[in-house]
Amino acid sequence: MKRLIPGLILLLAAASSAALLPARQVPAAAPSASVLLDRVDANAIAGNKILIAEMVIRGRRDSRSVKSKSWVQGADKAFTEYLEPAREKGTKMLKLGDQLWTYSPDTDRTIAISGHMLRQSVMGSDLSYEDMMEDKRLRQAYDGSVTGEEVVLDRPCWVVDLVSKTGDAAYASRKIRVDKERFIVLKEERFAKSGRLLKTFEVRRAKLVQGRWVAAEAVFRDVLKQGEGTVFKIESIEFDAAIPESLFTKASLRA
Amino acid sequence: MLIPKLAFKNMRGAGLKTWLNAGVLSMAFVVIIWTQGLYQGIDAEASRAMTDAEYGGGQFWMNGYDPYDPLTLQDAHAPVPAPLVSMIDAGRAAAFLVVPATIYPNGRLMSAVLKGVDPDQRVLSLPAAVLKASHTEVPALIGTRMAQSAGLKKGDVVTVRWRDARGTFDAREIEIVEVMSTVVGTIDSGLIWLPLETLREMAALPGQATIVVTAKGTAPGTLPAVPGWTFVGPDVLMKDVKTLVQSKTIGASIMYVILIFLAMLAVFNTQLLSIWRRRKEIGTIMALGMPRGRIVGLFTLEGALTGVLAAAIGAVYGIPLLALTAIRGIGLGASLGDSFGLALSEKLYPVYSVLLVGGTTLLIFLVTTAVSYLPTRRISRLKPTDALRGRFS
Repeated sequence: MKRLIPGLILLLAAASSAALLPARQVPAAAPSASVLLDRVDANAIAGNKILIAEMVIRGRRDSRSVKSKSWVQGADKAFTEYLEPAREKGTKMLKLGDQLWTYSPDTDRTIAISGHMLRQSVMGSDLSYEDMMEDKRLRQAYDGSVTGEEVVLDRPCWVVDLVSKTGDAAYASRKIRVDKERFIVLKEERFAKSGRLLKTFEVRRAKLVQGRWVAAEAVFRDVLKQGEGTVFKIESIEFDAAIPESLFTKASLRA
Repeated sequence: MLIPKLAFKNMRGAGLKTWLNAGVLSMAFVVIIWTQGLYQGIDAEASRAMTDAEYGGGQFWMNGYDPYDPLTLQDAHAPVPAPLVSMIDAGRAAAFLVVPATIYPNGRLMSAVLKGVDPDQRVLSLPAAVLKASHTEVPALIGTRMAQSAGLKKGDVVTVRWRDARGTFDAREIEIVEVMSTVVGTIDSGLIWLPLETLREMAALPGQATIVVTAKGTAPGTLPAVPGWTFVGPDVLMKDVKTLVQSKTIGASIMYVILIFLAMLAVFNTQLLSIWRRRKEIGTIMALGMPRGRIVGLFTLEGALTGVLAAAIGAVYGIPLLALTAIRGIGLGASLGDSFGLALSEKLYPVYSVLLVGGTTLLIFLVTTAVSYLPTRRISRLKPTDALRGRFS
């Protein structure tokens, strides 16, 4: 299981945060999609955060979990160290922009994850390394339009259809459900250029941490694959934490 | 003529011993030629199959493409340059596009490589025409190995996901219209063949290719220099096959050494024994005035004639046997070629070249002669008086 989490962290963070907002002011009419996306982005991409998370990979016969601690700075930098299970303990992962490295204590080697390796599933989960590398702000990558309303997790949501602005986003289109008050993405569908549904993301439980709404538990699913998806749980999260810049260097992988 | 006559007479006199020596030696002959022929057959078969199905007369690779480095595949595409387009239009070359992808057979996730081929191309012996005959939206051709690893069969529909030229995910259903059986594993394992234009449209790479394969027999000297593309000749493409066959041949030579050693041991021992038993005869002919050199020649010739007799015996049973294997082939089983990492069909046809047969015969004859000579050196130190008394000085 050697690698996972920085992108996942970003994914959770993206869906998680929601802000320090005066949450009771619900717009009477649908807000513009750009405003919604700005709110989602502003809350999703927090400054610094340190979190401990667990990923539960549900296979055909059994499931297993991996626990990790991550230090995240904005959308571009993330450093993850695996804590459990014992055989993965000490494995580290560094994401800097569009580059990804992993370090294995067994081999004492650092390797770059690139090319076809990015398409591989992370430990049999529904997440590929490519998914982990997604870090563009929604507003930056997509044009949106509010197309309706839905209730997700007993929360009223705006349904927003997103279409890639420049044609170079990983997903040509997405459909997200944004909590009307908390501005957290509670449900998402990601589509291929052909319109085929590829991935889904669904928050099961959200919680308020330091004034931000966090997706404490979510399921990420590759719908082309059989299975029930991979569950991500945040055990603890601390925003605006002090993180030394030296952590986001390759040298820190072997430290 | 005295020496050859005497040598021949002595050989006949030795009777069964001569036949046994020659028989053992003939087996060494036949086994060496058969094994070497087998390896030459492997080389010829693998080279022919790979030339026909994959390498053609050599390939132009767009700079940056490395088939041994999957990390290069995502960006391994470029517009086909005008000189190569002319060759393709003239039927002297064919373009291929390589796009890495993920397939989902039966809900599983598998890495695969999509390879675009023009269904009308005649440069390689791929059954690409089936892609043209099909009316499905995205027809696909796979090999038996790919079919087995992915659990796919003809008529199955499977989802494929890839990234287009700008990095955006796309996914479609493809239909397996044919499962080809090929001995060339490198055009089968992990590969899905699609019509070139369909793949270009899917990947948003109009007019682009990764490699351009020239027709078999194209003289490298006649090819244009194409900036941004590198020509890789058949010799370079086939280097791995040649190296593999060479290493197997070297491994087999240990067996030849053991066989020849055993045969030579018999010849050497016979010579030694012969000299010992015939010491009075040696003393007599020395006393009659025959120079030592001629006596040494006599015994050496007797040994060398064993080699000739062995070649004759080997020819009697070896020629029909080897001819039969060369005509009917030797059954290897379907998977042996894959386990060797070579493109081999289920039947292998050994190749016995004149050089192989002549070279092996000459080698064994020379070694036999040399081994026959070694024991006779004692004769040059022999005193006739001692020899007549049956003693070696």
